[in-house]
Amino acid sequence: MQPGKKMLQAAWALALGVMLLAPACGLAMDADDAPESVEIDSLAKLYEPVEFDHAAHVVMADCSDCHHHTTGTGPASPNCARCHDGVEEGESVSCSDCHAAEPFGRENLEEMENPEIFHIDKPGLKGAYHLNCVGCHQELDGPTGCQDCHTMAEAGEKMFNTGKFVPADYKPGAGHHDAEKKHE
Amino acid sequence: MNKQLSRRGFIKGGLAGTVAATVLKDKETLASGSFEGYPDSMGVVVDLTRCVGCRSCEAACNKEQGLPEPPEPFDDFSVFDHLHHGQKRRTDETRYTVVNRYEVPGLDHPLFRKKQCFHCNEPACLTSCFVNAYTKTPEGAVIYNQKVCVGCRTCMIACPFYIPTFKYSSAFKPQVMKCIFCYDTRLKEGKAPACVDACPQEALTFGKRSDMLEVAKQRIRLEPGKYVDHVYGEHEAGGTSWMYLSPAPFDQVGLSTNVPKEPVLNYVKGFLAIVPMVLTIWPALFAGFHLLSTRKDRIKQIQNDENQEG
Repeated sequence: MQPGKKMLQAAWALALGVMLLAPACGLAMDADDAPESVEIDSLAKLYEPVEFDHAAHVVMADCSDCHHHTTGTGPASPNCARCHDGVEEGESVSCSDCHAAEPFGRENLEEMENPEIFHIDKPGLKGAYHLNCVGCHQELDGPTGCQDCHTMAEAGEKMFNTGKFVPADYKPGAGHHDAEKKHE
Repeated sequence: MNKQLSRRGFIKGGLAGTVAATVLKDKETLASGSFEGYPDSMGVVVDLTRCVGCRSCEAACNKEQGLPEPPEPFDDFSVFDHLHHGQKRRTDETRYTVVNRYEVPGLDHPLFRKKQCFHCNEPACLTSCFVNAYTKTPEGAVIYNQKVCVGCRTCMIACPFYIPTFKYSSAFKPQVMKCIFCYDTRLKEGKAPACVDACPQEALTFGKRSDMLEVAKQRIRLEPGKYVDHVYGEHEAGGTSWMYLSPAPFDQVGLSTNVPKEPVLNYVKGFLAIVPMVLTIWPALFAGFHLLSTRKDRIKQIQNDENQEG
């Protein structure tokens, strides 16, 4: 009987502890749960994968700034809070679980025909990354150049006619300004 | 006597017929003016609050359409300073789309706007073309057939957005160059055009035009201070497949606010309807008048001849 009683006491203590702590941390994930860094490579083709320093960004932004309502810290926008009001964690906090890699693929376009769909304007994965990252970097004067975050791969150089694939007679800064050249 | 009356009757009837034909024709053309585009046609919303001027769309278009190598790399952003006769860059035979930068008074950052064919619901280029080189496909693209083009370039004058351009380098084998919504390689199979897929910021959003209109209006509704309360292309030129959202007045980002809210065709429809009537009825009508007015002289002449003989 003794061990059973002890177990019960421990359970009560745990329950009390949880109840006391719950309002403070909201049962939410905290920065310690998060990975140090995340390699974003799902879209790597024209550019090399991005090694995202999660730890460095955690101190600059709230979880919900990027993860919306999934980290259990409450959504940032009051409009989102109308439905996602809870402090419950989502089943997944990964960007790619909600934001489609091919937002304009057949599947997603067909989903738009579903009359019950509420999020008719959810960006795709690439859009979500860039809108979130670049938006914040612009506000906080972070780096915003393409290659500040990801180096260009060979396929990218080919597409942009740069690096190895730069046009043969290209002279940087020698565009056809009206003042310099009359006709092109 | 009888003969004379019947002839007069014939002319009267002819006139009545002409009037009736004109009236009926007018009704027919008015009915066709209410065409609001194919119901399932696709569209794109360009959101100028999202575009950062990275030129990925230009690069993707160049590769997808097999266009010539550009004079400068697509990651050279000095092109935004290029002016040609005081005008910002425009689409031409080597590029179906260009991004231009606009400094807007009162904004602390420049705006960038991608320019390409709007793919009108009722395209002026199509209606102006007398050899039917243009087609508006049910998917929404305005495509062009070089095989029948005679190089008259009326389409270039007709377009309210100055989009079709002429390949002057092959004037003897005329070809008009303009964005075709990646119809052959992508849109036909339900896929988004290359520029849309390439855009990192999702400044270009692709879907059914009706859905895109809804998306655009929702963005304005959710963030009213962020946008001008107007979707450019919803009604411009009678409605276009490509539409724009802007945080600044549209004329400050190079979009004409004088483009009529109805298809350009409506302005010339009345005239165009008269052309076949003029060509078919007028010759007969005026020949009739001529015969009638000279008839008395001829009768007199015949009588004179008879008298002389008699």
